[in-house]
Amino acid sequence: MIMEAKDFKSDQYVRFCPGCGDHAIAMALQKAMAEIGVPAHQVAVISGIGCSSRMPHYLAPYGFNTIHGRGAAIATGVKTSHPEITVWQMTGDGDCLAIGGNHFIHSIRRNVDLNICLFNNRIYGLTKGQYSPTSPKGFVSKSSPFGTVERPFIPAELCFGARGTFFARTLDVDMPTTVKCMVAANAHKGASLIECLVNCVIFNNGTHNFIADRETRADRTILLEHGKKMLFGKEMDKGLALDYSTVIPHLIVVPADDERVLTHDAQMSDPTLHRMLALMGQPDTVEAKAEMEANGSELPIALGVIRDVPAEASCQPYDQAVNEQIEQLKASGKVHCFDELTHTLETW
Amino acid sequence: MQSVVVRFVGDSGDGMQLTGNLFSSLSAILGDEISTFPDFPAEIRAPQGTLGGVSGFQVHLGKGVYTPGDKADVLVAMNAAALKVNVEHIHAHSIVICDTDSFTAKDLEKALYKTDNPFTELALPESVQVVPVALTSLTKESLKDSGLDQKAIVRSKNMFALGLVCWLFDRPIENAVKFLEDKFKKKPALIAPNVKVLTDGYNYGQNLALSVNQIRIEANTSVKSEGRHASIAGNKATAWGLVAAAEKAGKKLFLGSYPITPATDILHELSTLKSCGVMTVQAEDEIAGICTAIGASFAGDLAVTTTSGPGLSLKGEALGLAVMAELPLVVVDVQRGGPSTGLPTKTEQTDLLQALYGRNGECPAVVMAASTPANCFDFAFMAAKIALENMTPVVLLTDTYLANGTSIWNVPSLNGLPEIHPQGVLEEHKGQYNPALRDENGVRYWAYPGMEGYNHRNIGLERDAEKGTISTNPANHEKMTLARAAKVKQIENRIPYLNVWQPEVVTDKETLLVGWGSTEGHLRAAATELGCSLAHFNFINPLPRNTRQVLERYKRIVVCELNCGQFVAYLRSQFPEIKMEQFNRMEGQPFQVSDIVSYVKGC
Repeated sequence: MIMEAKDFKSDQYVRFCPGCGDHAIAMALQKAMAEIGVPAHQVAVISGIGCSSRMPHYLAPYGFNTIHGRGAAIATGVKTSHPEITVWQMTGDGDCLAIGGNHFIHSIRRNVDLNICLFNNRIYGLTKGQYSPTSPKGFVSKSSPFGTVERPFIPAELCFGARGTFFARTLDVDMPTTVKCMVAANAHKGASLIECLVNCVIFNNGTHNFIADRETRADRTILLEHGKKMLFGKEMDKGLALDYSTVIPHLIVVPADDERVLTHDAQMSDPTLHRMLALMGQPDTVEAKAEMEANGSELPIALGVIRDVPAEASCQPYDQAVNEQIEQLKASGKVHCFDELTHTLETW
Repeated sequence: MQSVVVRFVGDSGDGMQLTGNLFSSLSAILGDEISTFPDFPAEIRAPQGTLGGVSGFQVHLGKGVYTPGDKADVLVAMNAAALKVNVEHIHAHSIVICDTDSFTAKDLEKALYKTDNPFTELALPESVQVVPVALTSLTKESLKDSGLDQKAIVRSKNMFALGLVCWLFDRPIENAVKFLEDKFKKKPALIAPNVKVLTDGYNYGQNLALSVNQIRIEANTSVKSEGRHASIAGNKATAWGLVAAAEKAGKKLFLGSYPITPATDILHELSTLKSCGVMTVQAEDEIAGICTAIGASFAGDLAVTTTSGPGLSLKGEALGLAVMAELPLVVVDVQRGGPSTGLPTKTEQTDLLQALYGRNGECPAVVMAASTPANCFDFAFMAAKIALENMTPVVLLTDTYLANGTSIWNVPSLNGLPEIHPQGVLEEHKGQYNPALRDENGVRYWAYPGMEGYNHRNIGLERDAEKGTISTNPANHEKMTLARAAKVKQIENRIPYLNVWQPEVVTDKETLLVGWGSTEGHLRAAATELGCSLAHFNFINPLPRNTRQVLERYKRIVVCELNCGQFVAYLRSQFPEIKMEQFNRMEGQPFQVSDIVSYVKGC
């Protein structure tokens, strides 16, 4: 059966602000779900609280808009108890990395087969404009009128630190890449994190303009594809290579025809290079971000599927392992039901 | 004697729990009623011989046994510290058996005695019969050819003590041998030495004719109920009640939990039952424990989370989600002493108001409480039944006393248990289903992922009473608030009436003792002594339909609880015109029956 995006659309009026990046992600999700082809009644979309977490209401599958930060734990319960259901988790930089940080790292560590869409707009939108764990240091917001004094998280780094096996990054305005990342995330067995860079038109407008701008995007980003050379630029005239002249090799930009240009291997289980790629162009402070926006960055920001390690090469998904262990013990165990259980007692 | 209380005390490494459990099982097999109470120190292993490391196990056996007993008739003290800590648990005519090898000057010093005569220092009445036995040296002698190392030999002295106590109460040791064989089936080399020490202990009593006489407990001739019996601890009974309910309901049992004393044994037990299809997730924290369970409930399973007071606090918000989303969920709270970390290994009934009210918003959940270790099974089963049939979270309160204590369980078969019919959907809703649709009892229909034609979005936000979608409409919020409350209230039609229990001889027709949860045995014993009636509650929200009628019949009502008066406050809020007195204890220990009796008698 051929499915269409509209099969995954609910009848609810979409209430994201006009111009919000979440509209595009909603459309991309509907397209991706149609392309994946699992019928809507076998799909569950779980979310916490925040703008991103409104997403389940606009999708046709089963949905559960829960409480702040707990989406990952609830999704873990759904997927572990029912691995036959395709489970998506919708979350934001506050929901996922602040109040839900513990559940997030543990769902990644356990490698629960979830498709996690992390909408990163570097701000709290629904509570109307406080800084988030991904806001650069010095960021001025309603709760930091004199600028924040704390460093941000870089989601990819946290994902790899929790032993993540899949990480992709995409941009709200780049629908084809977003759909591709979502389809790849679904195909990946294990926890898949997609960092969606979205614009908050009200409280943090333009935060990703540096790369969202069509004019400059090709030169400021690189779209990574497994098995393909790491090339970028309007003319595809630049490539990424490793410079081995330092104690720890570092990435550099070289001409496209340089023989050192790397070929992307998303399936390497060692995350070292994936981390270097994911950390390109991630300024820690507002000053560094402004500098980058004014004068460009040395290295492009990586988009696309950066890491996608097959389960066989890394770790069996948690939900699968839990169910497999139960099946094995059902087959080998002596006690299968309550009445048999009571016969293990010393009775008189 | 009709019944006798024995208390085994020693270092936490001395094996007092095992000794006590074995002795209880032996007695139960002989037809005694039993009630046991382990009393653990909070420390895992305090330094040997110190006051902080004393562990105890009390068992009450015989006829008319409702509680583990107030004071011990026989105290077995494995060292000087144990004697000192337990001096308050004996009476003027107790027999105290102690290991003289553990009363050296060094032992006395570790136990902070100031003089070299512990018995005088502790001011034991002369009528207390002290029986000194060189347990350690006798055990060493018994096992000198066993090939075991010295440490293992000394560790077996609890079996010598058990043998001696078996002699004292005329319990044949054959059954103990059977238990030991079972206990050490994975370490068969330990069976023979343990059996030898046990037998030597028994013979020591018999041959040397200790300075005490054997104690005969009258054979229990009261009519025995039919069927199989076993001794079971509350936590295990709780776990098994959930297993039985899942099987009866045709649902998978899913437990999301985080380790916390004294609830962890439920997680341990259910983790061993994977061959029965039980799924357990040891979550990253208490919140994830309940949230994974809510996820499994959303997906159609019998979902459970287990915890104790501090964990219930952490789960509060998610419990509110289950109320709002109207999902079935069982929350087992094995109460312990609080607030905060409080007294993790001690017992208390202080989470009642938290269970009833400890959430934001108008947030009604079903609250019920087990009252004996064995009926933890029945109430866990009932909690699951009520949750699945009424689409509501149910908080089941037990406590340390029930969790670790044991009582005799009349083992049921699955066939004999009540039917469970989990809420489902109607065929006619296919294609038109929404999560606000309710049946004639006000219970919403339950659809879950995988069911075609019933896709919907559930929420922790308020939903429209008709469409099931997000709503901030003021009138709708009130309507939904009342609908959630009415759904919980109608459960009163599905639970039994409140029974009034009376002892054989009623001399005081005007007084009613009232209690709830784990104090039932103590209150029965007190009511028996007082010759008055007892109304004991297992269902707290909703209350049994006839609660008012029962309370109105008595002139004097005394509500007894191990807290500062939480249930009485709740009852007063429901029945403000009925006058109630309260009797409360906050010592982290079960009631002393004599305290209740003195209070009611006014002395």
